[in-house]
Amino acid sequence: MTMPAPQAASLDQKYEIAHLTLVPKRHIGRMVTAALVLAALAALVRAFSVGQIEWSYVRDFLFAPAILQGLQSTLVMTVAAMTLGIVLGVVIALMRVSGNPVLSSIAVGYVWIFRGAPALLQLMIWFNLALIFPTMGIPGLFEFRTVDIMTPFVAAMLGLGISQGAYTSEVVRSGLLSVDSGQYEAARSIGMTQMVMLRRIVLPQAMRVMVPPIGNEVIGMVKLTSLASVIQYSEILHNAQIIYFANTRVLELLLVASFWYLAVVSVLSIVQHYIEQYFGRGSKAVSASM
Amino acid sequence: MSKEIVVKAVDVTKLFGTFTALDKVSLEIAKGEVCCIIGPSGSGKSTFLRCINQLEKMNAGAIWVNDELVGYRREGNNLHEISDVEMSRQRRHIGMVFQRFNLFPHKTALENIMEGPVHVLREPIADVHKRAEDLLVRVGLGDKAGHYPSQLSGGQQQRVAIARAMCMRPELILFDEPTSALDPELVSEVLDVMKDLAASGMTMIVVTHELGFARSVANTVAFMEAGKMVEVGPASQVLSSPKSPRTVEFIRAVHG
Repeated sequence: MTMPAPQAASLDQKYEIAHLTLVPKRHIGRMVTAALVLAALAALVRAFSVGQIEWSYVRDFLFAPAILQGLQSTLVMTVAAMTLGIVLGVVIALMRVSGNPVLSSIAVGYVWIFRGAPALLQLMIWFNLALIFPTMGIPGLFEFRTVDIMTPFVAAMLGLGISQGAYTSEVVRSGLLSVDSGQYEAARSIGMTQMVMLRRIVLPQAMRVMVPPIGNEVIGMVKLTSLASVIQYSEILHNAQIIYFANTRVLELLLVASFWYLAVVSVLSIVQHYIEQYFGRGSKAVSASM
Repeated sequence: MSKEIVVKAVDVTKLFGTFTALDKVSLEIAKGEVCCIIGPSGSGKSTFLRCINQLEKMNAGAIWVNDELVGYRREGNNLHEISDVEMSRQRRHIGMVFQRFNLFPHKTALENIMEGPVHVLREPIADVHKRAEDLLVRVGLGDKAGHYPSQLSGGQQQRVAIARAMCMRPELILFDEPTSALDPELVSEVLDVMKDLAASGMTMIVVTHELGFARSVANTVAFMEAGKMVEVGPASQVLSSPKSPRTVEFIRAVHG
Protein backbone atom coordinates (compact mmCIF):
# COMPACT_ATOMS: atom_id res chain seq x y z
CA MET A 1 0.00 0.00 0.00
CA THR A 2 1.22 3.49 -0.73
CA MET A 3 0.47 6.62 1.30
CA PRO A 4 -2.06 8.94 -0.34
CA ALA A 5 -0.47 12.17 -1.48
CA PRO A 6 -1.02 15.02 1.05
CA GLN A 7 -3.82 17.36 0.01
CA ALA A 8 -2.70 20.57 1.73
CA ALA A 9 -0.12 21.94 4.16
CA SER A 10 -2.62 22.21 7.06
CA LEU A 11 -3.53 18.53 6.74
CA ASP A 12 0.14 17.77 6.70
CA GLN A 13 0.48 19.48 10.06
CA LYS A 14 -2.51 17.72 11.54
CA TYR A 15 -0.98 14.31 10.89
CA GLU A 16 2.45 15.36 12.17
CA ILE A 17 2.43 13.51 15.50
CA ALA A 18 6.07 12.77 16.34
CA HIS A 19 6.33 15.65 18.88
CA LEU A 20 3.10 14.79 20.76
CA THR A 21 3.21 13.34 24.31
CA LEU A 22 0.77 10.77 25.69
CA VAL A 23 -0.68 11.86 29.05
CA PRO A 24 -2.08 8.94 31.06
CA LYS A 25 -5.49 9.29 32.69
CA ARG A 26 -5.26 10.25 36.40
CA HIS A 27 -7.07 7.83 38.69
CA ILE A 28 -8.27 10.23 41.38
CA GLY A 29 -10.88 7.82 42.73
CA ARG A 30 -8.21 5.16 43.15
CA MET A 31 -5.93 7.47 45.09
CA VAL A 32 -8.73 8.53 47.45
CA THR A 33 -9.78 4.92 48.10
CA ALA A 34 -6.19 3.84 48.70
CA ALA A 35 -5.67 6.69 51.18
CA LEU A 36 -8.84 5.78 53.09
CA VAL A 37 -7.91 2.10 53.29
CA LEU A 38 -4.37 2.90 54.42
CA ALA A 39 -5.74 5.20 57.12
CA ALA A 40 -8.06 2.48 58.37
CA LEU A 41 -5.17 0.02 58.40
CA ALA A 42 -3.00 2.44 60.35
CA ALA A 43 -5.78 2.90 62.92
CA LEU A 44 -6.03 -0.88 63.30
CA VAL A 45 -2.29 -1.29 63.80
CA ARG A 46 -2.31 1.52 66.35
CA ALA A 47 -5.21 -0.08 68.21
CA PHE A 48 -3.24 -3.32 68.59
CA SER A 49 -0.09 -1.52 69.66
CA VAL A 50 -1.79 0.57 72.37
CA GLY A 51 -4.25 -2.17 73.35
CA GLN A 52 -3.65 -4.17 76.50
CA ILE A 53 -1.49 -6.76 74.82
CA GLU A 54 1.70 -7.78 76.55
CA TRP A 55 3.81 -8.27 73.43
CA SER A 56 6.62 -9.65 75.57
CA TYR A 57 4.41 -12.70 76.25
CA VAL A 58 3.89 -13.19 72.55
CA ARG A 59 7.63 -13.04 72.01
CA ASP A 60 8.44 -15.35 74.91
CA PHE A 61 5.93 -18.02 74.03
CA LEU A 62 6.52 -17.98 70.29
CA PHE A 63 9.25 -20.61 70.60
CA ALA A 64 8.11 -22.19 73.89
CA PRO A 65 8.57 -26.00 73.83
CA ALA A 66 4.85 -26.64 74.37
CA ILE A 67 3.99 -24.41 71.41
CA LEU A 68 6.57 -25.97 69.13
CA GLN A 69 5.43 -29.44 70.15
CA GLY A 70 1.85 -28.35 69.39
CA LEU A 71 2.98 -27.03 66.02
CA GLN A 72 4.55 -30.37 65.26
CA SER A 73 1.34 -32.20 66.19
CA THR A 74 -0.65 -29.83 63.99
CA LEU A 75 1.60 -30.63 61.05
CA VAL A 76 1.49 -34.37 61.72
CA MET A 77 -2.30 -34.28 61.91
CA THR A 78 -2.54 -32.22 58.73
CA VAL A 79 -0.44 -34.76 56.85
CA ALA A 80 -2.24 -37.77 58.35
CA ALA A 81 -5.78 -36.46 57.85
CA MET A 82 -5.08 -35.06 54.40
CA THR A 83 -3.41 -38.29 53.26
CA LEU A 84 -6.43 -40.25 54.41
CA GLY A 85 -8.68 -37.66 52.78
CA ILE A 86 -6.91 -37.82 49.42
CA VAL A 87 -6.77 -41.63 49.38
CA LEU A 88 -10.46 -41.84 50.25
CA GLY A 89 -11.22 -39.03 47.81
CA VAL A 90 -9.58 -40.86 44.91
CA VAL A 91 -11.22 -44.18 45.82
CA ILE A 92 -14.68 -42.63 46.26
CA ALA A 93 -14.35 -40.64 43.02
CA LEU A 94 -13.34 -43.76 41.09
CA MET A 95 -16.26 -45.66 42.65
CA ARG A 96 -18.54 -42.82 41.62
CA VAL A 97 -17.48 -42.85 37.97
CA SER A 98 -17.21 -46.65 37.76
CA GLY A 99 -19.91 -48.44 35.87
CA ASN A 100 -20.84 -50.44 38.97
CA PRO A 101 -24.20 -49.11 40.22
CA VAL A 102 -23.67 -50.39 43.78
CA LEU A 103 -20.23 -48.79 44.14
CA SER A 104 -21.44 -45.60 42.57
CA SER A 105 -24.44 -45.38 44.94
CA ILE A 106 -22.22 -46.03 47.94
CA ALA A 107 -19.95 -43.21 46.79
CA VAL A 108 -22.91 -40.85 46.53
CA GLY A 109 -24.08 -41.90 50.00
CA TYR A 110 -20.60 -41.40 51.46
CA VAL A 111 -20.38 -37.85 50.16
CA TRP A 112 -23.91 -37.13 51.35
CA ILE A 113 -23.25 -38.27 54.92
CA PHE A 114 -19.71 -37.09 55.55
CA ARG A 115 -20.12 -33.78 53.79
CA GLY A 116 -23.43 -33.28 55.51
CA ALA A 117 -22.37 -33.60 59.14
CA PRO A 118 -20.12 -30.94 60.72
CA ALA A 119 -16.49 -32.02 61.07
CA LEU A 120 -16.48 -31.13 64.77
CA LEU A 121 -19.45 -33.43 65.35
CA GLN A 122 -17.76 -36.25 63.41
CA LEU A 123 -14.63 -35.89 65.56
CA MET A 124 -16.73 -36.23 68.68
CA ILE A 125 -18.53 -39.28 67.35
CA TRP A 126 -15.26 -41.08 66.59
CA PHE A 127 -13.83 -40.08 69.95
CA ASN A 128 -16.88 -41.42 71.78
CA LEU A 129 -17.26 -44.56 69.71
CA ALA A 130 -16.47 -46.69 72.74
CA LEU A 131 -19.88 -45.78 74.14
CA ILE A 132 -21.60 -47.95 71.54
CA PHE A 133 -18.80 -50.36 70.58
CA PRO A 134 -16.89 -51.24 73.75
CA THR A 135 -14.70 -53.61 71.78
CA MET A 136 -13.73 -53.81 68.12
CA GLY A 137 -12.13 -56.43 65.90
CA ILE A 138 -12.90 -59.51 63.91
CA PRO A 139 -14.56 -62.16 66.12
CA GLY A 140 -12.27 -65.11 66.69
CA LEU A 141 -9.26 -63.40 65.13
CA PHE A 142 -8.49 -60.38 67.27
CA GLU A 143 -10.32 -57.96 69.46
CA PHE A 144 -9.38 -54.88 71.44
CA ARG A 145 -10.99 -52.32 73.64
CA THR A 146 -12.18 -49.33 71.63
CA VAL A 147 -10.95 -46.81 74.23
CA ASP A 148 -7.43 -48.17 73.78
CA ILE A 149 -7.20 -47.51 70.08
CA MET A 150 -9.53 -44.53 69.73
CA THR A 151 -6.91 -42.11 71.02
CA PRO A 152 -7.35 -38.39 70.35
CA PHE A 153 -4.93 -38.78 67.44
CA VAL A 154 -6.82 -41.64 65.82
CA ALA A 155 -10.22 -40.09 66.40
CA ALA A 156 -9.08 -36.75 64.97
CA MET A 157 -7.43 -38.38 61.99
CA LEU A 158 -10.53 -40.43 61.19
CA GLY A 159 -12.95 -37.56 61.77
CA LEU A 160 -10.99 -35.05 59.72
CA GLY A 161 -9.73 -37.48 57.07
CA ILE A 162 -13.06 -39.12 56.38
CA SER A 163 -14.98 -35.87 56.10
CA GLN A 164 -12.17 -34.45 53.98
CA GLY A 165 -12.46 -37.50 51.71
CA ALA A 166 -16.01 -36.47 50.88
CA TYR A 167 -14.88 -33.05 49.68
CA THR A 168 -11.74 -34.30 47.96
CA SER A 169 -13.70 -36.96 46.05
CA GLU A 170 -15.66 -34.18 44.37
CA VAL A 171 -12.41 -32.43 43.44
CA VAL A 172 -11.00 -35.67 42.03
CA ARG A 173 -14.21 -36.36 40.15
CA SER A 174 -14.19 -32.94 38.52
CA GLY A 175 -10.53 -33.56 37.63
CA LEU A 176 -11.41 -36.87 35.98
CA LEU A 177 -14.28 -35.26 34.09
CA SER A 178 -11.97 -32.51 32.85
CA VAL A 179 -9.87 -34.99 30.87
CA ASP A 180 -10.96 -35.06 27.23
CA SER A 181 -12.61 -38.29 26.08
CA GLY A 182 -10.11 -38.36 23.21
CA GLN A 183 -7.37 -38.99 25.78
CA TYR A 184 -9.13 -42.14 26.98
CA GLU A 185 -9.50 -43.32 23.39
CA ALA A 186 -5.88 -42.58 22.52
CA ALA A 187 -4.73 -44.44 25.63
CA ARG A 188 -6.90 -47.44 24.75
CA SER A 189 -5.74 -47.36 21.15
CA ILE A 190 -2.16 -47.98 22.24
CA GLY A 191 -3.32 -50.96 24.26
CA MET A 192 -3.43 -49.53 27.76
CA THR A 193 -5.43 -51.32 30.43
CA GLN A 194 -7.75 -49.27 32.63
CA MET A 195 -5.20 -49.11 35.44
CA VAL A 196 -2.28 -48.03 33.26
CA MET A 197 -4.46 -45.49 31.49
CA LEU A 198 -5.56 -44.03 34.80
CA ARG A 199 -2.04 -43.85 36.19
CA ARG A 200 -0.15 -42.69 33.10
CA ILE A 201 -2.65 -40.58 31.18
CA VAL A 202 -5.79 -39.61 33.06
CA LEU A 203 -4.65 -38.80 36.61
CA PRO A 204 -1.59 -36.72 35.56
CA GLN A 205 -3.87 -34.56 33.43
CA ALA A 206 -6.59 -34.45 36.06
CA MET A 207 -3.94 -33.28 38.53
CA ARG A 208 -3.62 -29.98 36.70
CA VAL A 209 -7.24 -29.27 37.50
CA MET A 210 -7.11 -30.89 40.95
CA VAL A 211 -4.00 -29.29 42.43
CA PRO A 212 -5.33 -25.78 43.06
CA PRO A 213 -8.44 -26.92 44.98
CA ILE A 214 -6.54 -29.66 46.81
CA GLY A 215 -3.88 -27.14 47.81
CA ASN A 216 -6.71 -25.04 49.08
CA GLU A 217 -8.00 -28.01 51.07
CA VAL A 218 -4.57 -28.74 52.57
CA ILE A 219 -4.44 -25.15 53.75
CA GLY A 220 -7.95 -25.54 55.10
CA MET A 221 -6.91 -28.72 56.87
CA VAL A 222 -4.03 -26.98 58.66
CA LYS A 223 -6.60 -24.81 60.34
CA LEU A 224 -9.26 -27.49 60.67
CA THR A 225 -6.90 -29.54 62.86
CA SER A 226 -7.58 -26.95 65.57
CA LEU A 227 -10.94 -28.71 66.00
CA ALA A 228 -9.01 -31.64 67.45
CA SER A 229 -8.30 -29.48 70.49
CA VAL A 230 -11.81 -30.28 71.74
CA ILE A 231 -10.98 -33.99 71.97
CA GLN A 232 -7.72 -33.33 73.82
CA TYR A 233 -5.37 -33.80 70.87
CA SER A 234 -2.36 -31.68 71.82
CA GLU A 235 -2.07 -29.58 68.69
CA ILE A 236 -0.99 -25.96 68.79
CA LEU A 237 -4.30 -24.36 69.76
CA HIS A 238 -4.86 -26.95 72.49
CA ASN A 239 -1.41 -26.27 73.94
CA ALA A 240 -1.89 -22.52 73.70
CA GLN A 241 -5.12 -22.93 75.64
CA ILE A 242 -3.42 -24.97 78.35
CA ILE A 243 -0.86 -22.22 78.75
CA TYR A 244 -3.37 -19.39 78.95
CA PHE A 245 -5.53 -21.30 81.43
CA ALA A 246 -2.45 -21.11 83.64
CA ASN A 247 -1.18 -17.59 82.96
CA THR A 248 -4.45 -15.92 81.80
CA ARG A 249 -2.68 -14.29 78.82
CA VAL A 250 -5.45 -15.39 76.48
CA LEU A 251 -5.00 -13.11 73.52
CA GLU A 252 -1.22 -13.21 73.60
CA LEU A 253 -1.25 -16.99 73.31
CA LEU A 254 -3.92 -16.89 70.60
CA LEU A 255 -1.68 -14.50 68.64
CA VAL A 256 1.20 -16.93 69.05
CA ALA A 257 -0.95 -19.69 67.56
CA SER A 258 -2.13 -17.38 64.76
CA PHE A 259 1.48 -16.57 63.91
CA TRP A 260 2.32 -20.23 63.42
CA TYR A 261 -0.82 -20.99 61.42
CA LEU A 262 0.02 -18.07 59.12
CA ALA A 263 3.62 -19.19 58.82
CA VAL A 264 2.63 -22.75 57.85
CA VAL A 265 0.00 -21.57 55.38
CA SER A 266 2.49 -19.17 53.75
CA VAL A 267 5.01 -21.95 53.22
CA LEU A 268 2.28 -24.23 51.82
CA SER A 269 1.16 -21.54 49.37
CA ILE A 270 4.68 -21.39 47.96
CA VAL A 271 4.86 -25.19 47.70
CA GLN A 272 1.49 -25.21 45.93
CA HIS A 273 2.77 -22.76 43.35
CA TYR A 274 5.61 -25.10 42.38
CA ILE A 275 3.39 -28.18 42.29
CA GLU A 276 1.00 -26.34 39.99
CA GLN A 277 3.85 -25.48 37.67
CA TYR A 278 4.92 -29.11 37.54
CA PHE A 279 1.51 -30.48 36.65
CA GLY A 280 0.82 -27.62 34.26
CA ARG A 281 3.69 -28.67 31.99
CA GLY A 282 2.68 -28.78 28.37
CA SER A 283 -0.34 -26.61 28.99
CA LYS A 284 -0.50 -23.29 27.19
CA ALA A 285 -1.92 -21.25 30.04
CA VAL A 286 0.96 -22.14 32.33
CA SER A 287 3.82 -21.93 29.83
CA ALA A 288 2.60 -18.47 28.88
CA SER A 289 2.79 -17.29 32.50
CA MET A 290 6.26 -18.71 33.10
CA MET B 1 -2.84 -65.56 -5.71
CA SER B 2 -3.77 -66.17 -2.10
CA LYS B 3 -3.74 -63.07 0.01
CA GLU B 4 -3.44 -62.83 3.74
CA ILE B 5 -6.54 -61.25 5.23
CA VAL B 6 -5.88 -58.74 8.04
CA VAL B 7 -9.39 -57.47 8.68
CA LYS B 8 -12.58 -59.33 8.07
CA ALA B 9 -15.83 -57.70 9.14
CA VAL B 10 -19.08 -59.60 8.81
CA ASP B 11 -22.51 -58.00 9.20
CA VAL B 12 -21.36 -55.42 11.72
CA THR B 13 -24.39 -53.70 13.19
CA LYS B 14 -24.39 -50.84 15.64
CA LEU B 15 -27.35 -49.11 17.22
CA PHE B 16 -27.34 -45.82 19.10
CA GLY B 17 -30.68 -46.10 20.87
CA THR B 18 -33.15 -46.60 18.06
CA PHE B 19 -30.82 -45.12 15.44
CA THR B 20 -29.07 -47.68 13.25
CA ALA B 21 -25.54 -46.35 12.80
CA LEU B 22 -24.25 -49.47 11.09
CA ASP B 23 -26.44 -51.87 9.21
CA LYS B 24 -24.77 -55.21 8.44
CA VAL B 25 -21.50 -53.77 7.21
CA SER B 26 -19.02 -56.28 5.79
CA LEU B 27 -15.51 -55.64 4.56
CA GLU B 28 -12.32 -57.55 3.90
CA ILE B 29 -8.84 -56.01 3.92
CA ALA B 30 -5.72 -57.86 2.81
CA LYS B 31 -2.24 -57.40 4.19
CA GLY B 32 -0.55 -54.29 2.81
CA GLU B 33 -3.79 -52.99 1.43
CA VAL B 34 -4.82 -49.34 1.79
CA CYS B 35 -8.57 -48.96 2.00
CA CYS B 36 -10.24 -45.57 1.98
CA ILE B 37 -13.76 -45.36 3.35
CA ILE B 38 -15.65 -42.41 1.92
CA GLY B 39 -19.17 -41.19 2.30
CA PRO B 40 -21.28 -38.34 3.65
CA SER B 41 -21.14 -37.24 7.30
CA GLY B 42 -23.13 -39.49 9.60
CA SER B 43 -22.90 -42.43 7.24
CA GLY B 44 -21.22 -44.58 9.91
CA LYS B 45 -17.65 -44.54 8.52
CA SER B 46 -16.02 -43.53 11.78
CA THR B 47 -18.27 -45.76 13.83
CA PHE B 48 -17.26 -48.72 11.71
CA LEU B 49 -13.60 -47.83 12.08
CA ARG B 50 -14.01 -47.58 15.85
CA CYS B 51 -15.65 -51.00 15.95
CA ILE B 52 -12.50 -52.52 14.51
CA ASN B 53 -10.49 -51.70 17.63
CA GLN B 54 -13.53 -51.92 19.88
CA LEU B 55 -13.65 -48.28 20.91
CA GLU B 56 -17.25 -48.84 19.92
CA LYS B 57 -19.07 -52.01 20.91
CA MET B 58 -21.04 -53.75 18.16
CA ASN B 59 -24.63 -54.87 18.65
CA ALA B 60 -24.33 -57.66 16.11
CA GLY B 61 -21.86 -59.05 13.65
CA ALA B 62 -18.20 -59.81 14.15
CA ILE B 63 -14.78 -58.56 13.17
CA TRP B 64 -11.61 -60.61 12.90
CA VAL B 65 -8.20 -58.97 12.90
CA ASN B 66 -5.46 -61.37 11.86
CA ASP B 67 -7.95 -64.18 12.21
CA GLU B 68 -8.61 -63.27 15.85
CA LEU B 69 -12.12 -62.32 16.82
CA VAL B 70 -11.99 -58.83 18.36
CA GLY B 71 -13.81 -58.03 21.58
CA TYR B 72 -15.25 -61.50 22.00
CA ARG B 73 -14.28 -65.08 22.68
CA ARG B 74 -16.27 -67.81 21.01
CA GLU B 75 -17.40 -70.74 23.13
CA GLY B 76 -19.71 -73.00 21.20
CA ASN B 77 -22.49 -70.80 19.97
CA ASN B 78 -21.87 -68.08 22.51
CA LEU B 79 -19.74 -64.97 22.09
CA HIS B 80 -18.34 -63.92 25.45
CA GLU B 81 -17.11 -60.38 25.95
CA ILE B 82 -13.42 -60.49 26.75
CA SER B 83 -11.80 -58.82 29.73
CA ASP B 84 -10.26 -55.37 29.81
CA VAL B 85 -6.78 -56.89 29.83
CA GLU B 86 -7.53 -59.13 26.82
CA MET B 87 -9.02 -56.21 24.93
CA SER B 88 -5.92 -54.13 25.61
CA ARG B 89 -3.76 -56.95 24.27
CA GLN B 90 -5.75 -57.01 21.04
CA ARG B 91 -5.54 -53.26 20.58
CA ARG B 92 -1.74 -53.34 20.71
CA HIS B 93 -1.72 -54.66 17.14
CA ILE B 94 -4.13 -52.02 15.87
CA GLY B 95 -2.86 -48.47 15.63
CA MET B 96 -5.23 -45.57 15.46
CA VAL B 97 -4.89 -41.97 14.34
CA PHE B 98 -7.66 -39.60 15.38
CA GLN B 99 -9.25 -36.60 13.76
CA ARG B 100 -8.33 -34.44 16.76
CA PHE B 101 -4.84 -35.97 17.16
CA ASN B 102 -5.41 -36.81 20.86
CA LEU B 103 -1.75 -36.50 21.75
CA PHE B 104 -1.07 -36.63 25.47
CA PRO B 105 -0.69 -32.93 26.33
CA HIS B 106 1.47 -33.52 29.42
CA LYS B 107 4.10 -35.40 27.44
CA THR B 108 6.57 -34.20 24.84
CA ALA B 109 6.43 -35.42 21.24
CA LEU B 110 9.10 -38.04 21.98
CA GLU B 111 7.39 -39.14 25.21
CA ASN B 112 4.09 -39.47 23.37
CA ILE B 113 5.68 -41.85 20.90
CA MET B 114 7.54 -43.84 23.55
CA GLU B 115 4.61 -44.16 25.95
CA GLY B 116 3.02 -47.27 24.43
CA PRO B 117 6.12 -49.35 23.69
CA VAL B 118 7.62 -48.57 27.12
CA HIS B 119 4.58 -48.77 29.36
CA VAL B 120 2.37 -51.19 27.46
CA LEU B 121 4.77 -53.45 25.54
CA ARG B 122 7.42 -53.05 28.27
CA GLU B 123 10.28 -52.86 25.78
CA PRO B 124 13.69 -51.58 26.91
CA ILE B 125 13.72 -47.79 27.04
CA ALA B 126 16.95 -47.45 25.05
CA ASP B 127 15.56 -49.42 22.09
CA VAL B 128 12.30 -47.50 22.10
CA HIS B 129 14.10 -44.18 22.40
CA LYS B 130 16.15 -44.92 19.30
CA ARG B 131 13.10 -46.10 17.37
CA ALA B 132 11.02 -43.10 18.44
CA GLU B 133 13.73 -40.66 17.35
CA ASP B 134 14.01 -42.40 13.99
CA LEU B 135 10.25 -42.19 13.57
CA LEU B 136 10.25 -38.47 14.37
CA VAL B 137 12.87 -37.98 11.67
CA ARG B 138 10.83 -40.08 9.30
CA VAL B 139 7.75 -37.88 9.78
CA GLY B 140 9.94 -34.82 9.38
CA LEU B 141 9.98 -33.69 13.01
CA GLY B 142 13.46 -34.70 14.12
CA ASP B 143 13.95 -31.29 15.73
CA LYS B 144 10.68 -31.33 17.70
CA ALA B 145 11.35 -34.23 20.08
CA GLY B 146 11.23 -32.06 23.21
CA HIS B 147 8.21 -30.02 22.18
CA TYR B 148 4.87 -30.38 23.92
CA PRO B 149 1.79 -30.83 21.69
CA SER B 150 0.63 -27.31 22.53
CA GLN B 151 3.84 -26.00 20.93
CA LEU B 152 3.20 -27.83 17.64
CA SER B 153 0.92 -26.97 14.73
CA GLY B 154 -2.00 -29.24 13.91
CA GLY B 155 -0.12 -30.87 11.05
CA GLN B 156 2.90 -31.49 13.25
CA GLN B 157 0.71 -32.93 16.01
CA GLN B 158 -0.94 -35.28 13.58
CA ARG B 159 2.44 -36.46 12.30
CA VAL B 160 3.52 -37.14 15.88
CA ALA B 161 0.26 -39.06 16.36
CA ILE B 162 1.06 -41.18 13.31
CA ALA B 163 4.56 -41.84 14.67
CA ARG B 164 2.98 -42.79 18.01
CA ALA B 165 0.82 -45.38 16.27
CA MET B 166 3.75 -46.66 14.21
CA CYS B 167 6.06 -47.07 17.20
CA MET B 168 3.77 -49.82 18.51
CA ARG B 169 4.68 -51.75 15.32
CA PRO B 170 1.02 -52.49 14.59
CA GLU B 171 -0.17 -54.76 11.82
CA LEU B 172 -2.87 -52.31 10.90
CA ILE B 173 -3.40 -48.58 11.36
CA LEU B 174 -6.83 -46.99 11.39
CA PHE B 175 -7.10 -43.34 10.36
CA ASP B 176 -10.24 -41.52 11.45
CA GLU B 177 -10.50 -38.42 9.24
CA PRO B 178 -6.85 -37.58 9.91
CA THR B 179 -6.85 -34.30 7.99
CA SER B 180 -10.36 -32.99 8.72
CA ALA B 181 -9.29 -30.84 11.68
CA LEU B 182 -6.32 -29.32 9.88
CA ASP B 183 -5.88 -25.93 8.28
CA PRO B 184 -5.92 -26.47 4.52
CA GLU B 185 -2.22 -25.67 4.06
CA LEU B 186 -1.27 -28.36 6.59
CA VAL B 187 -3.18 -31.21 4.98
CA SER B 188 -0.52 -32.21 2.47
CA GLU B 189 2.26 -32.70 5.05
CA VAL B 190 0.11 -35.27 6.82
CA LEU B 191 -0.99 -36.96 3.62
CA ASP B 192 2.66 -37.20 2.54
CA VAL B 193 3.52 -39.08 5.73
CA MET B 194 0.58 -41.40 5.11
CA LYS B 195 1.68 -41.99 1.52
CA ASP B 196 5.15 -42.89 2.78
CA LEU B 197 3.58 -45.28 5.25
CA ALA B 198 1.41 -46.87 2.57
CA ALA B 199 4.45 -47.29 0.34
CA SER B 200 6.22 -49.13 3.15
CA GLY B 201 3.53 -51.80 3.03
CA MET B 202 1.46 -50.89 6.09
CA THR B 203 -2.13 -52.09 6.06
CA MET B 204 -4.28 -48.99 6.43
CA ILE B 205 -7.95 -48.18 6.69
CA VAL B 206 -8.55 -44.48 6.15
CA VAL B 207 -11.82 -42.69 6.70
CA THR B 208 -11.37 -39.56 4.63
CA HIS B 209 -12.86 -36.86 2.47
CA GLU B 210 -9.61 -36.52 0.51
CA LEU B 211 -10.61 -38.18 -2.75
CA GLY B 212 -7.30 -37.15 -4.31
CA PHE B 213 -5.47 -39.12 -1.64
CA ALA B 214 -7.81 -42.06 -2.17
CA ARG B 215 -7.19 -41.98 -5.89
CA SER B 216 -3.40 -41.87 -5.60
CA VAL B 217 -2.82 -44.15 -2.63
CA ALA B 218 -5.77 -46.43 -1.95
CA ASN B 219 -6.05 -49.92 -3.40
CA THR B 220 -9.64 -50.21 -2.34
CA VAL B 221 -12.32 -47.60 -1.86
CA ALA B 222 -15.48 -48.28 0.11
CA PHE B 223 -18.47 -45.97 -0.11
CA MET B 224 -20.81 -45.90 2.87
CA GLU B 225 -24.12 -44.18 3.28
CA ALA B 226 -26.77 -44.30 6.03
CA GLY B 227 -24.95 -47.08 7.87
CA LYS B 228 -24.72 -49.29 4.82
CA MET B 229 -21.73 -50.37 2.76
CA VAL B 230 -22.98 -49.21 -0.63
CA GLU B 231 -20.03 -50.08 -2.80
CA VAL B 232 -16.58 -51.56 -2.34
CA GLY B 233 -14.06 -52.04 -5.09
CA PRO B 234 -10.70 -51.16 -6.59
CA ALA B 235 -10.00 -47.46 -6.05
CA SER B 236 -9.87 -46.53 -9.71
CA GLN B 237 -13.13 -48.28 -10.46
CA VAL B 238 -15.13 -46.85 -7.53
CA LEU B 239 -13.80 -43.33 -8.02
CA SER B 240 -13.93 -43.22 -11.83
CA SER B 241 -16.82 -45.42 -12.82
CA PRO B 242 -18.88 -46.18 -9.72
CA LYS B 243 -21.70 -48.66 -10.06
CA SER B 244 -24.10 -47.18 -7.55
CA PRO B 245 -25.93 -43.97 -8.50
CA ARG B 246 -25.45 -42.74 -4.91
CA THR B 247 -21.68 -43.05 -5.23
CA VAL B 248 -21.78 -41.14 -8.51
CA GLU B 249 -23.76 -38.38 -6.85
CA PHE B 250 -21.43 -38.20 -3.82
CA ILE B 251 -18.25 -38.06 -5.85
CA ARG B 252 -19.69 -35.39 -8.11
CA ALA B 253 -20.77 -33.33 -5.07
CA VAL B 254 -17.34 -33.57 -3.42
CA HIS B 255 -15.59 -32.48 -6.56
CA GLY B 256 -18.04 -29.57 -6.75
